[in-house]
Amino acid sequence: MNNTLDKAKKGTYITVLSLPQGLLKVQLIRLGITEGSKVYCVERLPGGTVVLQKSRQEIAIGYDLAKKIKIAN
Amino acid sequence: MKSDTIINKLHNDCHPHLDVKEVLGSSTGSNKVVLAGNPNVGKSLFFNYLSGMYVDVSNFPGTTISITKGTYKDYEIFDTPGVYGVSSFNDEEKVARDIILSGDVVLNVVNALHLERDLFLTMQLIEMGKKMTVFLNFSDEVKKRKIRIDVKRLSELLGVEVIESSAVTKAGFDKIEYAIENAREGNQSPELHHLLHNTLDRVGTQAEALIILEGDEIIAEKHGIPPGNADQREAIYINRRNTVNEIVSEVEFEDSRKGEFFNKLGRMAINPYTGIPILAVVLILVYFFIGDFISQRVEKYTENTLGKGQFEYYVKSFVGKYTPVDISVDIQDGSGNSISVKDFNFPDGLNADPQKVSEFKQVSAPHSSTTSFEFKNPIVRLFFGEFGIITMTVTYLLFMLLPLVAAFYFVMALLEDSGYLPRLATMLDRSLNKLGLNGRAVIPLILGFGCVTMATITTRLLGTEREKTIVTAILQFVIPCSAQLAVIAVLMSMAGAVPFTIYVVTIITVLVVLSTLLNRFLPGESSPLLIDLPAMRLPRMDNIFKKMFYRTYGFMKEASFWFFVGALAVGIMQLTGLLTVWQDILKPFTTMWLKLPKEAANAFVMGMVRRDFGAAGLFHLKLSPMQITVAITTITLFVPCIASFVIMLKERGWKQGMIIWGGTWIFAFLVGGILAQIFI
Repeated sequence: MNNTLDKAKKGTYITVLSLPQGLLKVQLIRLGITEGSKVYCVERLPGGTVVLQKSRQEIAIGYDLAKKIKIAN
Repeated sequence: MKSDTIINKLHNDCHPHLDVKEVLGSSTGSNKVVLAGNPNVGKSLFFNYLSGMYVDVSNFPGTTISITKGTYKDYEIFDTPGVYGVSSFNDEEKVARDIILSGDVVLNVVNALHLERDLFLTMQLIEMGKKMTVFLNFSDEVKKRKIRIDVKRLSELLGVEVIESSAVTKAGFDKIEYAIENAREGNQSPELHHLLHNTLDRVGTQAEALIILEGDEIIAEKHGIPPGNADQREAIYINRRNTVNEIVSEVEFEDSRKGEFFNKLGRMAINPYTGIPILAVVLILVYFFIGDFISQRVEKYTENTLGKGQFEYYVKSFVGKYTPVDISVDIQDGSGNSISVKDFNFPDGLNADPQKVSEFKQVSAPHSSTTSFEFKNPIVRLFFGEFGIITMTVTYLLFMLLPLVAAFYFVMALLEDSGYLPRLATMLDRSLNKLGLNGRAVIPLILGFGCVTMATITTRLLGTEREKTIVTAILQFVIPCSAQLAVIAVLMSMAGAVPFTIYVVTIITVLVVLSTLLNRFLPGESSPLLIDLPAMRLPRMDNIFKKMFYRTYGFMKEASFWFFVGALAVGIMQLTGLLTVWQDILKPFTTMWLKLPKEAANAFVMGMVRRDFGAAGLFHLKLSPMQITVAITTITLFVPCIASFVIMLKERGWKQGMIIWGGTWIFAFLVGGILAQIFI
């Protein structure tokens, strides 16, 4: 099922389908999140802030950015 | 590109694009060794080990970022801010970029627990063609977590030496010299050279060519060629990311994954159900440390005993030797109650009447007395009087602000290094979104409760100008600084629970209305939260103190001057009678609109010098509980102290600064007046 990251379920693995263009994309790539990568959703806060885990690295992503990231679960 | 040409090139053109040469340019002859790595990799511990005692700290021009430089044998060692890559997304990166570009050897410190993240920078450094060695830090932690890293294979894949180290046990530190001597260029893909070919011809160094191709406008401009576009950068980044992922999958093996205590605590700090109680505990601890210990006990000693009792007393008695002065000594018993007051008049200064002086010294000598000086000459008063530029401002800066600012930076460093701060930012992100901010704004907002001036400087870490404006406005309007909080707390305890509730509700309403309006009408978009959450851990105290020291030093260096300027401005207003004019203008507003005694106007005007003076002026007026509420609300919203005003003008520019400043006048009297009309 295709979805955006702000709707990811806590405690599941998701696959990143597409990232927004521009500087944010570059910063996400640096942190290890690329199109096609599989990441673990550690936490989804009320309101849509999401915490992802890639190997041992945890990354917090705000709602406004999360809703621009397409995922499949 | 051979690295000796890089050195020559760099020596020739001392970096005209930024003021780095001020810091870096002094070094000639010896090798420049640069420590580089992601944030939280233990880089500073390497630096401390290498440089020992001889450390230069300088604030990087235009930023709050400090550069540290030291020497080790024949090498000059430079520490850099932690970054995820070499480019110019923010001030930290710009500083790191310039230091790395000018370095001869790079020691790349990598957090072995986060290879996937950290090797991205490593690959970029390799592709820049830097001579380097990799330190695989936290290697003891890796073993504890049953992760195995094939160091030999990693070294083969990267093409540079890889040394296992632990900054805590200092393992691997003995190989640093070996690391510098054996630093070499790593494996670079033929595709990269093909890609760089054209730019390299025009730029001369591989490092700069790569940075330009990745879209760095500043370096591109320096060479007068266009920077790479977004597509080129993305292609390079994705390629690099894939290389890193392949390397990691080949060298890293994990035996088991176990959740540990700190990991769980970290998770709990993010989730609001557990995170809010954790925040409450943290705030209570911070309150006991700063609100009770520092600002009551420590400051009572520093401000009254050292500042007023020693420093001001000696300066004033010295000045009094040469100029007419009336002195009154208030002799107190052990518990601070006044026993008797003795007055001494020296119409020709202390030097003219030695007999009276010895009498005065005898009375004022015991510590249980307060001595006040009244100088007859207005100019002397301007510099040495009760609100004197030299006497009051020095006491304020050194004996009141300094301990407080240091304490705040200490707490912030603790929260930061423990990994709590980014988690707090994450938890509060969505709430701050409603104010047009993201979670990171929590840092200047917390600092505002210490000193608004300090917090205004910290707004630099925010992503966009829009966010900086919103936070600055919130700080200047609604956040009471610690000096003010203390007085507000005393007045409120006299007023009772209902007025207190009205006060808190009013201030929060103003906060929400103000930031919602700004969010609505300010053009542009705020940046979303994107931060990495470092592992929760016990912070190292030496690092905490180092951070506290550098930041406090940076703040005092930057802000002190403006406190003097502010005091001078108000002093001159007082001398010329302008202050009285102000008070007269404000009087009708005070009595009719705010329904306060006309003397309350003094409190508002004095609030411009130091915010606590404003509130303290209300102690002596006999106010009803509701009048206290109105007065406190108005003073909280009213113009910030003059130092933070000047710093705001510097940070936000004249136009915006003046609008915010004017706005505080309007809001303060409007909201205060509405309360007065309803409740009094």
